This record gives sequence, C-alpha cells and structure tokens, in this order.
Amino acid sequence: METRELTCIRCPIGCHITVELENGEVKSITGNSCPRGEEYAASEVTNPVRIVTSLVTLKGGERPVVSVKTAGDVPKDKMTDVVGALRNVEAEAPVSIGDIIVKDIAGTGVDIVATSNVSKK
Amino acid sequence: MAEIKKDLVIIGGGPAGLAAAVSAAGEGVRDILIIERDIRLGGILNQCIHNGFGLHTFKEELTGPEYADRYIKMAEKEQIPFMLDTMVIDLSFDEATGEKIVTAMNRTEGLFSVRARAVILAMGCRERPRGALNIPGFRPSGIYSAGTAQYYTNMEGKLPGKKVVILGSGDIGLIMARRMTFEGAKVLCVAELQPYSGGLKRNIVQCLDDFGIPLLLSHTVVDIKGKRRVEGVTIAEVDENRKPVPGSEVFYECDTLLLSCGLIPENELTNKLGVKMNPVTGGAFVNESLETDIPGVYACGNVLHVHDLVDYVSGEASAAGKNAAGFLLGKTAPENDGTVINIRTENGVRYSVPSVVRPSFMPDTLTVRFRVGNEFRDKNLSVYLDGKQLMKLPKRIMAPGEMEQIILVKSKVEEIVSENGGSEHELIIRVEDKE
Repeated sequence: METRELTCIRCPIGCHITVELENGEVKSITGNSCPRGEEYAASEVTNPVRIVTSLVTLKGGERPVVSVKTAGDVPKDKMTDVVGALRNVEAEAPVSIGDIIVKDIAGTGVDIVATSNVSKK
Repeated sequence: MAEIKKDLVIIGGGPAGLAAAVSAAGEGVRDILIIERDIRLGGILNQCIHNGFGLHTFKEELTGPEYADRYIKMAEKEQIPFMLDTMVIDLSFDEATGEKIVTAMNRTEGLFSVRARAVILAMGCRERPRGALNIPGFRPSGIYSAGTAQYYTNMEGKLPGKKVVILGSGDIGLIMARRMTFEGAKVLCVAELQPYSGGLKRNIVQCLDDFGIPLLLSHTVVDIKGKRRVEGVTIAEVDENRKPVPGSEVFYECDTLLLSCGLIPENELTNKLGVKMNPVTGGAFVNESLETDIPGVYACGNVLHVHDLVDYVSGEASAAGKNAAGFLLGKTAPENDGTVINIRTENGVRYSVPSVVRPSFMPDTLTVRFRVGNEFRDKNLSVYLDGKQLMKLPKRIMAPGEMEQIILVKSKVEEIVSENGGSEHELIIRVEDKE
C-alpha cells in the first residue's frame, strides 16, 4: 500500500488530502472537504493537469504583450512545452478576452485564449 | 478651484472600488464617481495574469484581468461615472455640513474638489519596500518588490532578471517564481524568515513544488553583494528569535532579488481625514457596516485589511456599497438603540474586521474576518458573547497567510444581548486547545 499526501489546490482552503494507492489504483481518499477535492486528488495521483497562464508578444498594441491561458487543463508535464511554444507566437492588436490566439498548443489539443483586452496603439 | 457635488465618491477603481460602486448603484444610488489614479480600471488585477480568481464570486476560475473585466462590464452596465489618471491628494471632513471634501487633480481638470455625502475608501495596499526590511549590503540595481517585477514582466513585457532569489513567501513572490521560470529565468530559492509560509498553500504547490523550487523556512537574506548590479545574496538560517545562526550562511550567485515581504494598506488619505486607525491591520477601525468613526465614510478591500482572495474583497466591498447606499437613501437606517458589541481578539487571533458591532444594524448574517498570528494545527476556534460560547469550530489548520472568518447570526446575537441587558457587550474570538 502506497500513501500520498497532497495539498488540494481546487480552492484556497488547501485541504490536506491523503490518498492510499494499491498497485497504482486509488483505494481511499481522505481529508478533503468537498467532492472537488476527491476529484482533484484522484486526478493528481494518476493524471496531474494544470491551467497554464502566460504572455505572448503583441504587435501594434497599446502594450507589447497580452496575457493568455490554456482554455482547459493540460497535462502537468506539458507545461514547459506549452510555455516554450508560446515564445514564438506573435498576436496582433486589438485583442479581446476569449480570442483564440493559438489552436491546439504543443499538441495538447487545447487552445490558447487571450485573458486581457488590449486595444490598438 | 472647481468644486462639484456628488452623493458618493469611491476612491480607487480596483476590485474593491468597482464592487462597491456596482453594489451602491444596484441599491439605487445614481450620483456616484469613481476616482482612479491608473490609466485603466481594475487595479492590480490587470497584472495578475495567473488564474484562481473568482471561484467564490463566479464559481469559475478566472485570471486577474478577466475577473476585473467582469466588474468593469457591470459598472459600464450601471453607467457609473469614473475618472482615470486622476490622483486624490486630500480628504477632509466638513463637520458643519457632514460633507466629505475630496481634493483631486488630473491633466484635463487640473485641481478640483468634490463635496461628497458619502465616501468609500478603496485605495488598496502597497508592498513593503527594502527600506523597511533592514537588509544589510549595497544598494545595487536588481532588487525589486515582487509586484514591481510582476508589472515589468506582465504589463511591459520586460524580464527583470535571469537568476533570481526571492525573499519572503508572500503570494506575489510565489506567483512570480513560476512566472519568471516560465519566462526562462532560473529561480534558485524562496527564503522565508518565519517558520511558516506567508502565502496560500495552492501557490506553494503550483508555483514552487511543480518546478522544484526550494522554500527555505526560517531563513533570511543577510547580505547583498554587488555595487552596480546584484551579483549574489547570502542566506542564513534564523533561530527562534529570528536571529541569523552563525555558520549557516550560504552564498547564492544571482542577478535579481525579489522581495515579497508583506503588504501595507495605503492609508495616507484616511490619516488626513483623521479617522481612528487600527495599528494591527494598518487600516481604519470599522463597525459592522464597514463604516469608520466618521459617519458616511466606509472602507473595504486591502485598504482596510490585506486580503488573500479578491473574492472576499468583492464581497466586503459589496457590503460597503450597500451600507453607503443605506446611509445615503436613508431607507435602511434602523433605530440606533445605543447597544454595541466590542470584538476582542486574543490567544492567537490578531484582529477582526469589523471590530465593533451594533446589533440593530446587523444584516441577518454578518461575516467577521480575522487572521491568526501563528500556525495552529488541530485547534478549536472559539467565539464567546458575554461569556457564553457561541461557536466552537474545530480547525485542522490555521495560518497567518490565510484569512479566517466566522458568520454571526443576528437573531442569535440579539437574543443573548437582550437576555443580558445593558448597552456594552463583548464578543471574544480566540484559539483554544481541543479537550
């Protein structure tokens, strides 16, 4: 039996969750105070994911960069690939919240969307 | 000097000011003015491009600019007037008329004043600077407060350095550890003077653990090397009295030192107004209505006490906006029977907001927020009203970096207060051992 101690990140309470694993399978999850904690713990020990937030270069905008995020979760070990791929991206002003900046970033199947409004210079 | 009149002036157009304005407008106050010194509304949220905002308010996870945009849209829908790029330089109280005089200036209007029937203070906070930390060493370039580095990185697209040490485990420092790593910098470590982290658990997990960045608790920077640019810092362990342990020094070669050592409510205007201040929070003392000791002056958000979560700022600011509306429109003013409950915090609880409650002015449920002064595990949080235990809440963990709250039920409070009689009552919030 393997035991993993986690800090839940689904909300700011940060519950301390204990997961018991047997042969890679979740046997029990304790310490969470809501169903989202259980979901998080199960996912974190089997398939950890993150929302990635970063910036891309912006041409012709009132600011030289615009903030972006992955429109959904990406595997935790793909974070670096996602951020690396964004270094070569250049968007053009104006940009509005929710605009798709890159489709299917770094082969994750997840789009990159803008999270700020930046108008033209 | 031009002078205008307004029912409600809100100083600050960040999350607190926006939520207060939207709430007051929703209650029927039409003559509002938001005064903001930046060139855009939204305040510090604009540079907080990470996600995790809005879980409580919108039941979804937003980035800072997205969260700000929701409130900006609401303010636009209510057609609330605002002035940008405008600095409030003075605030005073005209006792004869009860008006608050807001003196401000900008490039188009020059110097002007606004006579307001009510004012909501929503100026936010600023970072504790190096000068307040007593770090020995030279004064080279490359030392930034974490929020300044965040501004350069996220708003200007300029990376402040390539090899970074962070002093202080406040949330902005943790967030910047991840942000600068994403931008290609190497973050060597985060040193924290206290034996516990000052930031939220989720940020330690997502911003440090995910990237293998060590968090050195009970450590501090004891020397900064470099005359023109930071060349490195020396970090030492500290003992229980926060004094460096000789022989524990380790030199870290780096070009940048970020400081994330706490936030200070920005209350210069509040002080000019002369309201009674709480030395623990650095903000004003307020009652259950978030009203200061000057009638019609309300405070909310980080200018009142530093929050961890913008959701709680929005909630608090909405209450302030609603209460200001009640004051202005006179429709919610209850009979003031003179009964007051003073809130005393002790045994690990540092302060509470509010610090005074008038039961007749309470909403059906009143949220009281507070912080503890140390890390507590498996303790009870106990609340007593006139010696009678109101609550005994078992807590797995309480930490200074995470704000706590209790909810007082008006009917219960009134019941005990009327049983005991008299006008002065005391509510105690304290940490206690489990039996």
